[in-house]
Amino acid sequence: MQLPLSLRVALLALFSNKLRAALTMLGVVIGVAAVVSLMSIGRGAQAQITEQVQSLGTNLLFITPGQQRQQGNVRSGAGGAQTLSWSDAQAIQDELGGNLLTAVVAERQIGGAQLIASGQNLQTRVIGVSPGYDSVRNYPVAAGSFITDTHMEQRARVIVLGSGVTQKLFGDGDPLDQNVRVSTSGRTGAQMRVIGVLEPKGGSLQNLDDQAFVPFTTVGARLAPSRTPQAAEMVSSITVSVADEKLIDDAIQQISSLIRQRHRVAEDDFVISSQRDFLQSLNQITALFTAFLGAIAGISLVVGGIGIMNIMLVSVTERTREIGIRKAVGARARDILSQFLVEAVVVSLAGGLTGIGVGIGISRLVSQLDLGGRAIPSIVAPDAALLAFTVSAAVGLFFGIYPAMRAARLNPIEALRYE
Amino acid sequence: MHLLHSSATTVLADAKGGEVDASPLDGSQNWSSTPVEPTGNSPELEGAHHPDGAAQPVLRLRGLTKVYHVGDVDVHALRGVDLDVYTGEFLAIMGPSGSGKSTLMNMIGCLDQPTAGTYELDGIQTSQLNEDQLAAVRNRKIGFVFQMFNLLPRVSAVEQVELPLIYAGVKDRRKRALAALDRLGVGNRARHKPSELSGGQQQRVAIARALVMEPTIIMADEPTGNLDTRSSEELMELLQELNRESGITIVLVTHESDIAAHTRRVVEVRDGRVVNDRAVGSVIEASAVLASLPPPE
Repeated sequence: MQLPLSLRVALLALFSNKLRAALTMLGVVIGVAAVVSLMSIGRGAQAQITEQVQSLGTNLLFITPGQQRQQGNVRSGAGGAQTLSWSDAQAIQDELGGNLLTAVVAERQIGGAQLIASGQNLQTRVIGVSPGYDSVRNYPVAAGSFITDTHMEQRARVIVLGSGVTQKLFGDGDPLDQNVRVSTSGRTGAQMRVIGVLEPKGGSLQNLDDQAFVPFTTVGARLAPSRTPQAAEMVSSITVSVADEKLIDDAIQQISSLIRQRHRVAEDDFVISSQRDFLQSLNQITALFTAFLGAIAGISLVVGGIGIMNIMLVSVTERTREIGIRKAVGARARDILSQFLVEAVVVSLAGGLTGIGVGIGISRLVSQLDLGGRAIPSIVAPDAALLAFTVSAAVGLFFGIYPAMRAARLNPIEALRYE
Repeated sequence: MHLLHSSATTVLADAKGGEVDASPLDGSQNWSSTPVEPTGNSPELEGAHHPDGAAQPVLRLRGLTKVYHVGDVDVHALRGVDLDVYTGEFLAIMGPSGSGKSTLMNMIGCLDQPTAGTYELDGIQTSQLNEDQLAAVRNRKIGFVFQMFNLLPRVSAVEQVELPLIYAGVKDRRKRALAALDRLGVGNRARHKPSELSGGQQQRVAIARALVMEPTIIMADEPTGNLDTRSSEELMELLQELNRESGITIVLVTHESDIAAHTRRVVEVRDGRVVNDRAVGSVIEASAVLASLPPPE
C-alpha cells in the first residue's frame, strides 16, 4: 500500500471524527506553539542583549574595586574603603594612554538621588563621569553637549539627562538650560543646569535611559555624602578602551601590574573584566535560559504525544472490526501498521504546523506588547520551527507505534467477531 | 451426475470419519494413502460434471485438525476433516454452535492455520504459509461475505469495493470497483455510504467487494444471520444466480437448514468431524420463494 493511499485512508479516518482529531491535535499545537514562542522570545532577548553589549565595542575593559581583605594584618591599599580612586585612573591614562589605550574614563555612581524639576520629582541613578565617557560607553547625545574638561575643572553644576529622565521631568518640553535640583541623602542638594539630552537606548539588563550624568568632580564636591578628599577621589569603575582587540590580554596585564604597584598589595584588590568575557558569559546565560524555556515547553509536547497515544489506542479498539475486515480482504500486518502510524503522524504533523503558526503569532504579539516602555523582542528562529516540526513528527511516530502495533497484531478472527 | 460425485465424497468423508475417530492425529498421517481413491475417481466425475474438465478439487482438506489451548485444557475444535470441493460447486457447511463449523470456515478462509493436516486451495499448500502469504491468499483467492456484510462505516460503496484492490496493489482500482458494482446492479450507488444504502444494496456492495478480485471461492459466513425472510431470499437469489450463471464456487456457512437447502450440497459438521455430506435433493429456488412472498408494503 503506497503512501498517498494510506494518507488518504488516514485523512478519511480523521475527518470522520473531526472534534476528536482536533482535540488530539490541540495537545501538539500547544506544545509546539510553546516551544516556538518561548524559543523566539528567548532568542530575541539574547540578540538584544548581545547587540547592546556589542554596540559598546568588544575592546573595552572594566576595572572595578575588588574584595578587600581586612583580616589579619593585611593592610588595605590606597583609596581607603573603596580601593579604586581617581588617581588610579589618572595613572593608567598617564602610563598606558596613547598606543595601548585610546581612552580612560572613570565613573562614580550615586544611588538614590532625587531629581526635581518643573514640579516633577524623580528618584533615579546619577553617575559622575569623566569627559569622553559618552563615546567610550556609546551614549550618543541627542541635543546639547556632553560633559567637558572645563566642567570637570570647575566642578560645574551641569547635568546630562537620559531620555527617560527627560521624558519624566519635562514631558515634551525643551529641557536644555533648565534647572534640575539634585539631592542625595546627607546633602541638601544642588541646582544643576541641563546641558545635554541623550538618545534613547533601552536596555534589557537595566534601563539605560533612566539615569543622569554629572561631571565626576561635581559628585565629590556637591553630591557625595562624605566630603573628605579621599572620599571625593573614589570611583566605582574605570573603563578603558584598548586600541586593538588583540592587545586586550596585554592591556589587562599592564593595568594589573600598574595598580598592584600603586596599591602595594600582594593580592589584587580590584577586578578587570573585559567586554569579551562579559559577552561570553552573557551568551552562555541567555542560551541556557532559552534552552531551559524550550525544555519546559518540550514537556508539554510530550504530554501532547501521550494524548495522541491515548486517542490512537481508543481508535484501535473502536475500529477492531474494521481492522478485521481489512485483514480478511488481504491487508497484511504492515498495511494496518502503516495505516495507524500514518494517522498518528498526520495528527501530530498537522498539530505541529498549526503550532508553529500559533507560536509565531504569539511571539509577534508579545514583541508588540509595551511593558513599561520596554518591548520584549522576539526572533522566530527557522531552526526552532524546524526542530518543533521534526519533534512533533517524531512524537507522532513514537507515540503512534504502540497503538499501531496493537492494531497490526490483532487476530483477524477475533477482530471480525468483535462487537 | 452431480449426485454421483457428491455421494462419492460422502463415502470418503464417512470413511475418514471412522478412521479419525480412533486417533485424530493418525487421520492426518494416513490420508496420504487414501486420497488416491477420490482423485482417481474424480476425473471422470468431474469431466462429466464440469465441461472444462478440471481434474483437481479447488479445495482439498485432508485430516484437518485444530486444537485450541484454553488454559490447561485442549479443546479439539476439528478432529480430522477431509473435504473436496470442485469448481462451480455451491455448498453449505452446517452444524450447531460448537460443532467446529466456524473453525472450519476460518481454516477454509485462511484466517487461521490448522494444528495438523493439510489444506490445498487452488493448488496452494496453505499450511506452510506465513501470515503475510496467508493475507495474500485471502486477498486473491477468497471473497468474504460476512454476517451484517461488515461494510466499513462512513466509506463510500466504491471505496468499499476498492479495498481488496488496494491491498493487492492493483492499478485502475476505481474502474474495476465500478465494474463490480455495475455487475451487481448497484453502480448508481457508488458514491453512497452504507448508512445511505438499503439492506439489499448493502448486500450487493458486500458481494461486489467479495467478487472484485475474481477469487477462486466465495466464503459466506452466516450471511443471512440477521436478515428477515425477504432479504435472506434476495441474498440467496443473488448467490444462486452468481453460481449458476458465472460458475462461481461458493461455500456458505449456516445453521439454518432452509438456507442450506438453497445450495446444492450440504456438509454437516458435528464435534469437529464431517458427519454427513449429501447432495440437496430438491434445491429451493429463491426466486420462486420471493414470488410467493407477499409484496413489501
